[in-house]
Amino acid sequence: MLERVQSERIQSERTMIEIRDVTRSYGSFKALDNASLAIREGEFFSLLGPSGCGKTTLLRMIAGFDTPTSGSIAVDGQPMDGIPANRRPTNMVFQSYAIFPHLNVEQNVAYGLKRLKLQGGEEKRRVEEALAQVSLTGLGKRRATELSGGQRQRVALARALVMRPKVLLLDEPLSALDKKLREQMQVELRRLQQAVGITFVLVTHDQYEALAMSDRIAVMFGGRIAQVASPKEIYQRPVNRQVADFLGGMNFVKAEIVEENGASLVLDTLGFGRVRTDKPKAFMRNGGAATLGIRPERLRVLWDNASAKFEVAGKVVERHYFGEITHLIVEIPGLEKPLSVTETNDFGADDIPVGAPIRLAYDPEALVAMAD
Amino acid sequence: MTAMRRFLPGWLSSYATLYILFLYLPVIFLPIFSINTAATPKFPLSGITLHWYEDLPKTPALIDATWNSLLVGISASILSTVLGILAARSITRYRYPGRRTINGLIMAPLVLPEVIVAISMLLVMLQLGLSLSLFTVVLGHVLVCIPYSMTVLTSGFEGFDRSLEEASADLGESAFGTFRRVTLPMVAPAIISSLLVCFTISLDEFIIAFFLTGTEATLPIYIWGQLRFAAKLPGVLALGTLLLLASFVLMTIAEILRRRAARRTQNEGGLHA
Repeated sequence: MLERVQSERIQSERTMIEIRDVTRSYGSFKALDNASLAIREGEFFSLLGPSGCGKTTLLRMIAGFDTPTSGSIAVDGQPMDGIPANRRPTNMVFQSYAIFPHLNVEQNVAYGLKRLKLQGGEEKRRVEEALAQVSLTGLGKRRATELSGGQRQRVALARALVMRPKVLLLDEPLSALDKKLREQMQVELRRLQQAVGITFVLVTHDQYEALAMSDRIAVMFGGRIAQVASPKEIYQRPVNRQVADFLGGMNFVKAEIVEENGASLVLDTLGFGRVRTDKPKAFMRNGGAATLGIRPERLRVLWDNASAKFEVAGKVVERHYFGEITHLIVEIPGLEKPLSVTETNDFGADDIPVGAPIRLAYDPEALVAMAD
Repeated sequence: MTAMRRFLPGWLSSYATLYILFLYLPVIFLPIFSINTAATPKFPLSGITLHWYEDLPKTPALIDATWNSLLVGISASILSTVLGILAARSITRYRYPGRRTINGLIMAPLVLPEVIVAISMLLVMLQLGLSLSLFTVVLGHVLVCIPYSMTVLTSGFEGFDRSLEEASADLGESAFGTFRRVTLPMVAPAIISSLLVCFTISLDEFIIAFFLTGTEATLPIYIWGQLRFAAKLPGVLALGTLLLLASFVLMTIAEILRRRAARRTQNEGGLHA
């Protein structure tokens, strides 16, 4: 919570990267299709999507390794058209880390500084500082080939940060690490970004990574940006089924639009009956049909005689045990697909017999309307 | 099956021993007879002497041939390595139609009969009006060296992580600076290895030199000339031993460097945590 407050203090409303109507085509294939985006100064911004969605293409165009077919990119108010990668105020952490194998850690970190011809030990001081930032103090003389995956990643980070860029670009930096190290690095990266206050742009296909680290996320599919919002909003108010499906589990229920006005929707569903929900900002009506979504963890098992204002009843058809939680598949009369429910095991959800009748409570706030 | 398994190891090791013996027996004979006091290569040795080696520097024709060989070898290795770098870089770095065909055509001289290549080259030189000299030998040697140079260089360039050059540009370095500070140091071992391999091949090459040289002899041609005189055989053996030794040392260094280059470019990625 504290970190969140700090981040909001550092972040300004100033735009650091402005992407306007950018398209990148390879022949008839559009890797990026008319994307527009404004990334704020000091923000930890993630480009999230499956492979081939155009996120890496966009990152490489910001870095200057690729050129938009049409549209423009500006960094800190400066148009980047025709400016090569070596003269952009951005630095990148590569997916392969791209550590120079013929140089040691110190020489790697100092690589970009050499050109600046810094005076009076300034170079050495900055290298030390960068190594300290990524907790590699004392490893300066190590050869690049003697480093572990996590250490290489830190060297790549230090090498980019030492240049004091306006924007740090990160291309799937954690994908080569094992799960435990990855989770540790997520926390560290976030902390580092808070400390240096530089705008970070992260490319990832891992939704949890994006949710855990970002101030804002752009979800991309097939070269298009589907939604740009805070992690919480993306997770709770996905703009369409694709976004909802990509970020964790979601139950989809067919719905009929009964009433639509400025702020809310009234939907008729089988199973959940008539529901009134907030109308999503980007809701685009497509005939009379819509989809209602609810996350599996927002459905709670009702024990014994407990009752709730909003509930559905059905029958357990499958039960999967995951240690701290149990995953139930519940058939509801009228729904063509059974509901997924995740329940913590504190109250014995792992003991619910398959075939037993069950009642589920939900909060109407947790229902999300999505265009079909 | 079990009988096979019991029989095989014994059989395999004697096969391997014979194999190695067949390959290296001639090589072992050379130094042995080069220290024999008698001029005829016959067992048992009549005595041991370094006399033949001591005589080598006292033969002016031999000194000339050595200089010629060095000159040809250095020129041919530099030329074929430069050409090899360009071709290997293009073939490992870019994807374009005809890439495989071009690669195949460059490698072809490796399997062409050398006599035929030599005769064809002679015809071409004469058609071009070039008079035969060490220069024409260099051209001939470049032709036979390029496939070797390509083999060494492609294994050094292959898997060169492009993001290393991008990282350099990203850190502010110019295209030339990137080449100087990243590309060159990374592939330097492969380049040196290619130079050594080409030099060794040129140093030992006989047929093409035989056809394309004018009045100046290279070392193998000098040796060929000496073989007519039975009395000179021990001297030739001594010289041959030295050449063999030089080739062996050069090729070993070349192979070590080639492996180092391949390791450098290929163990990128940081996947070994």
